[in-house]
Amino acid sequence: MIETTYQNKTLTAFLSGDIDHHNAGEIRARIDGQAENLHPKKLELDFAKVKFMDSSGIGLIMGRYRQMSLLGGRLEVVNVPKNLERLMSLSGISSLGVLKSQKN
Amino acid sequence: MNITNEFSLTFVSKSLNEGFARSAVASFALQLDPTINELADIKTAVSEAVTNCIVHGYEFEQGQIYINGKITDTNKIILKIRDKGRGIENIEKAMEPLFTTGGGERAGLGFAVMQSFMDKVRVNSIVGKGTTVVMEKSIKKSYNYTADRENG
Ligand SMILES: Nc1ncnc2c1ncn2[C@@H]1O[C@H](COP(=O)(O)OP(=O)(O)OP(=O)(O)O)[C@@H](O)[C@H]1O
Ligand SMILES: [Mg+2]
Repeated sequence: MIETTYQNKTLTAFLSGDIDHHNAGEIRARIDGQAENLHPKKLELDFAKVKFMDSSGIGLIMGRYRQMSLLGGRLEVVNVPKNLERLMSLSGISSLGVLKSQKN
Repeated sequence: MNITNEFSLTFVSKSLNEGFARSAVASFALQLDPTINELADIKTAVSEAVTNCIVHGYEFEQGQIYINGKITDTNKIILKIRDKGRGIENIEKAMEPLFTTGGGERAGLGFAVMQSFMDKVRVNSIVGKGTTVVMEKSIKKSYNYTADRENG
């Protein structure tokens, strides 16, 4: 569901499986707990292994965007699978400037 | 248009059942021979409607969620998802994209997703009595050799 790494002031969360309302709570708690301790410059949400997502995932992204702004860092969303692109574009989160199609 | 198959499902409003509801409806929808994308659309719309029953309809209490699914001879799936929770005061407003009463962790996109991923979405609600969402999606008929042969 979530694994994290911390390197070069970047906290990366590798998300996997289903992101729905049921799972989002634990993912959020894990990320926010670590971000508050580490104060990363960048939080990277890696969606490569996400199989399913609904609007709870969009809420998760928007919430982390706000959280990182408060902590003085920034958010990046990487490796969004093809099948989630429609949901992402419908949500308008691309206007936040956080979506990166290719991780580099 | 005739109904060719139907199911009903009742379950308690635990968030754990969101995944169960998606899978159950997806299994039923398989008989329409949907594409992977069509199936994902249905699962996402069901997830939105069921989550709304849990998060908004029942919020801090627990109640029953009812799903009824029908398949028509025109290759359409019709899903009715219902709770007996607090109801919606202003449906038009609730369906506006980004409108939410759910606080900072909700995007206010559930209805927008249902509308975009299904062909038709209808919402009925009575404050204090509950909410019913009816959604329809036509699945394109794909040529099926086996069925063709069996039907002569
Ligand atoms: N079953 C329901 N019972 C009571 N109120 C509901 C129900 N479904 C939706 N609502 C109301 O309609 C609003 C909009 O719902 P919608 O699903 O579009 O967004 P959301 O649930 O707030 O956020 P998101 O779905 O993006 O997590 C909700 O915030 C809530 O006020
Ligand atoms: Mg919702």
